[in-house]
Amino acid sequence: MIEVENLTKRYGRNTAVDGISFHVKKGEILGFLGPNGAGKTTTMRVLTCYLSPTEGTARVAGFDVFEQPLEVKRRIGYIPETPPLYPDMDVVTYLDFVAKIKGVAKQQRAQKIGDAVEKTRVGDVRTKLIGRLSKGYRQRVGLAAAILNNPEVLILDEPTAGLDPKQILETRELIKNLGGEHTVVLSTHILPEVSMTCGRVVIINRGKVVAEGTPDALMHRLRGTAALRIEVLGDARAVSDVLRSVPGVRAVTPKPADAGAGVFEIESESGRDVRVELARAVVQKGFGLQGLSQVGMSLEEIFLHLTTTDVAVSDKTEATQ
Amino acid sequence: MTTLKNIGYLVQKELRHYFASPIAYVVLTGWALLAGFFFYLHLGDFLQRSMMSAMQGRYFKSSINDWVIAGSISSMGVVGLFCVPMMTMRLLAEEKRQGTIELLATSPITDLEIVLGKFFGALALYGVMILSGFANLAWLWIYAEKGAGPDWRPLLTGALGLLLLGASFIAIGVFVSSTTRNQIIAGTVTFFVLLLMWLISFVDVLGGGGVVTQALSYLSLFDHLRDLVRGVIDLKDVVFYLSVIVFGLFLARQSMESHRWRA
Repeated sequence: MIEVENLTKRYGRNTAVDGISFHVKKGEILGFLGPNGAGKTTTMRVLTCYLSPTEGTARVAGFDVFEQPLEVKRRIGYIPETPPLYPDMDVVTYLDFVAKIKGVAKQQRAQKIGDAVEKTRVGDVRTKLIGRLSKGYRQRVGLAAAILNNPEVLILDEPTAGLDPKQILETRELIKNLGGEHTVVLSTHILPEVSMTCGRVVIINRGKVVAEGTPDALMHRLRGTAALRIEVLGDARAVSDVLRSVPGVRAVTPKPADAGAGVFEIESESGRDVRVELARAVVQKGFGLQGLSQVGMSLEEIFLHLTTTDVAVSDKTEATQ
Repeated sequence: MTTLKNIGYLVQKELRHYFASPIAYVVLTGWALLAGFFFYLHLGDFLQRSMMSAMQGRYFKSSINDWVIAGSISSMGVVGLFCVPMMTMRLLAEEKRQGTIELLATSPITDLEIVLGKFFGALALYGVMILSGFANLAWLWIYAEKGAGPDWRPLLTGALGLLLLGASFIAIGVFVSSTTRNQIIAGTVTFFVLLLMWLISFVDVLGGGGVVTQALSYLSLFDHLRDLVRGVIDLKDVVFYLSVIVFGLFLARQSMESHRWRA
């Protein structure tokens, strides 16, 4: 449904998006993840024909965003980070205007507006001025406008930003229900959101794709490099030297010792289990081993890992694809 | 067909914005007061002069058409120069500031449709202003002896001229508004540009009629109104206004398009 190939967008000398490629299948919900300034919004703006790509191509429903923007625009619903609302219009007037410029036929307009109002639950504010609505309602009115013409593709730029926890849950539920019928691309930097709503995740950083896959697969793939947590009684420096000497250990980081004993986090080489060797080494040197456990990487950690360390990880994830 | 429909929707929206905010009322009130005041001045002036020449036993050469109608319409053009920046400054600048330009630019409508929607929206309000301004002139017929009213044809050509003049102002305003997200800047720059294009018609008063002064005064938006308010449609004038309008709207469209590359 969406095919992005080698997409690059430069603003002057500044490269916002640097040769990214990804595909989204029909009915899929794709999470677009990255720190602020990673290029999420820029990519979405290219997909919605708001910006033209500097290099590369993007196709939505088979239409090129640059060659046939009108065909693409007919098939997408889009909410930018701040919903594009006119504060001096009431909700129904606004939705009516959006329906008109989206080319919804006159006979269907009332019904489609009714559907969208119902799906996004903005019925109780339908005659209120948008300028007087709370942030949560504005977001939902924006969503209502985006789904008005029943678009094949929905592009949502941080749809839950600024909502309260209850609204966030409701919005996620709504987005989940929209998947299947619609193809959804949503960007966020809230990680649980991704594992809860998205079938697949693309993580980008500084304009490049650094990882791609289902949330589970991503966690699984990175578990090899994941940390071990070891608690050892004894002089911290000596212990750390011993731990470092074990073959297969990549890094040893002492943790704040609030647990009393010295706590270290150990990063091993990918795919290698060093637990037995670690335990043996510690005991042989006469230190007291108090605990040894595997620390699974949460999505947060994967995210931090991918977006703060550089090329090594992205090369590896590409290789495993 | 869809193009016309889309432009229609956008015009509707612009008019709603004008009348839902104080802009339309402020501009219409100011316009009505000033247009009325200028009509009163021109009429008073005319009466005084014709009375004076009658007392001196001379025939007053100027007709009511030349003096009152042409004068009032030209003055309305000047008042329009002050009103149009207020009407056009928010057209695109506000959409940009509010982020609603993203809604328009990602809906299945073209940049040209957006620009034309804005243009005709402002022009519709300006049309209402012209009508209200012309209501003053109706007095000339109401108080005329039966069948002896002034020639009404200059009224039509004058209205055409005023419409073309205002449309040129608006096209320039739409372009300026498309280049910034700050309404105040858009309004101020539009005002200065329009003022300058009015003032260059005074250049030939100073310079002795060289090529440069001729060229400059040709560019003056007001010089081309002179014949139209006297009932003469000169193709040269109409073409001049149409070129300014097309050029302004073309620039506005290009400026919209360029945002896809810079953002």
